[in-house]
Amino acid sequence: MSISTSRSDENYRLCALDRKLILATQSGLPLVPDPWGALGKELELPADEVLARFQRMQDAGVIRRVAAVPDHYRLGYRFNGMTVWDVRDDAITDMGRQVGELPFVSHCYRRPRHLPYWNYNLFAMVHGTSREEVEDKASQIHDLLGDTCEGHTILYSSAILKKTGLRLRKS
Amino acid sequence: MSAMTECPETTGEFTEVERTVINRLQTGLPLVHLPYKAVADELGISEQVLLHTLQNLLDRRILTRFGPMFHAGEMGGGLTLAAMRIPEQDFENVTAKVNEFDEVAHNYRREHELNMWFVVATEAPDDIARVIAGIESSTGYPVYNMPKEEEFHVHLHFPV
Repeated sequence: MSISTSRSDENYRLCALDRKLILATQSGLPLVPDPWGALGKELELPADEVLARFQRMQDAGVIRRVAAVPDHYRLGYRFNGMTVWDVRDDAITDMGRQVGELPFVSHCYRRPRHLPYWNYNLFAMVHGTSREEVEDKASQIHDLLGDTCEGHTILYSSAILKKTGLRLRKS
Repeated sequence: MSAMTECPETTGEFTEVERTVINRLQTGLPLVHLPYKAVADELGISEQVLLHTLQNLLDRRILTRFGPMFHAGEMGGGLTLAAMRIPEQDFENVTAKVNEFDEVAHNYRREHELNMWFVVATEAPDDIARVIAGIESSTGYPVYNMPKEEEFHVHLHFPV
C-alpha cells in the first residue's frame, strides 16, 4: 500500500513517519506524563519531532483532535436516534443547513436514496437520555422541515456491534 | 468477549473528578510538552489523578478510546455509511463476518428493516467498492452504500 494516501494537492500528504505515528496511536495515546517521549522512544524519534508532527497533522485537519471518545450509552445518552427524512431534492441543501444548525443535532448529512427500501435523503443524529427526549427533538426537526418533508422515521440503535474508530491497515 | 455488546445500562453517577475529566477531554488535549500535566493544572487536580482517572474510565469502557481522532476525508481516504437487512437468525453470524473487516470502524444494530449500519473507512477512496463487494460476498447479503453527498454539520460532545 502506498504511503501517501492523498489524491489532491489540497490534502495533506502523510509521510512514512506520520503513518507510523498514526499506527502507533490509533488504539490510543500512551497514558504517561510524556506521551510524545514514549512514542519517540518506540519509533526512535526525538519527542519534539513527535509533537511537531502531531501539531502539523492537526493543523492540516488530518487529526480532528486528540481526545476522549465516550461510549455515549454509558454517559447516560442511552437513546441514539438516527432521524432520517425524505426531503424534496430542491429544498435539501437549504433545509440540511438549517437542521444542522439545531444545537442538539450532532451530525447532519445528505445521503442517497435506495428505492424501494430507503427513500430518506437527510440524516440527522440526535442523542437523548430518553426516547421522549429524542422524539421531542425529532418533532422540532419536523416543524422546521414543514412541507419540504414527505416522510420520516427514527432508527434507534439497540446495540454497538463494533466501535474502533478509523484504522489504517498495517500492511 | 462476544461479538455483540448489548446496550449497557447507564452507570448513572460519576464522581466530580470523573465528570470534569470526561467533559474536558472530549474537547481535545493541548499539543504541548507534558500535555496531561497542562490539563491537570487547568482542572486543579494532579497529573497522577488525571492519568489514573482516565485509565479507569477506559478500563470501565465509559470511554472507548483516548487518542487522535482521524479525519478520513482529509487523509485522502474513503469513508461511507452502509446498511444491511439481516434476518434475525443470521444476525450474530453476519455481525462477526462484517466486523472482521478492518475497514469497518463502527457498527450499530438499529431498530428498522435495515438493521445493521456501519461505517467503512479506507485509505484510498477506490477501496470502498472493494470492501463493500467483499462484505457482500462474505455474508451473502446486499450492502446499501450511503456515502455522504453533503455534510451540513458535525459536532460531537456529550456533557455529563
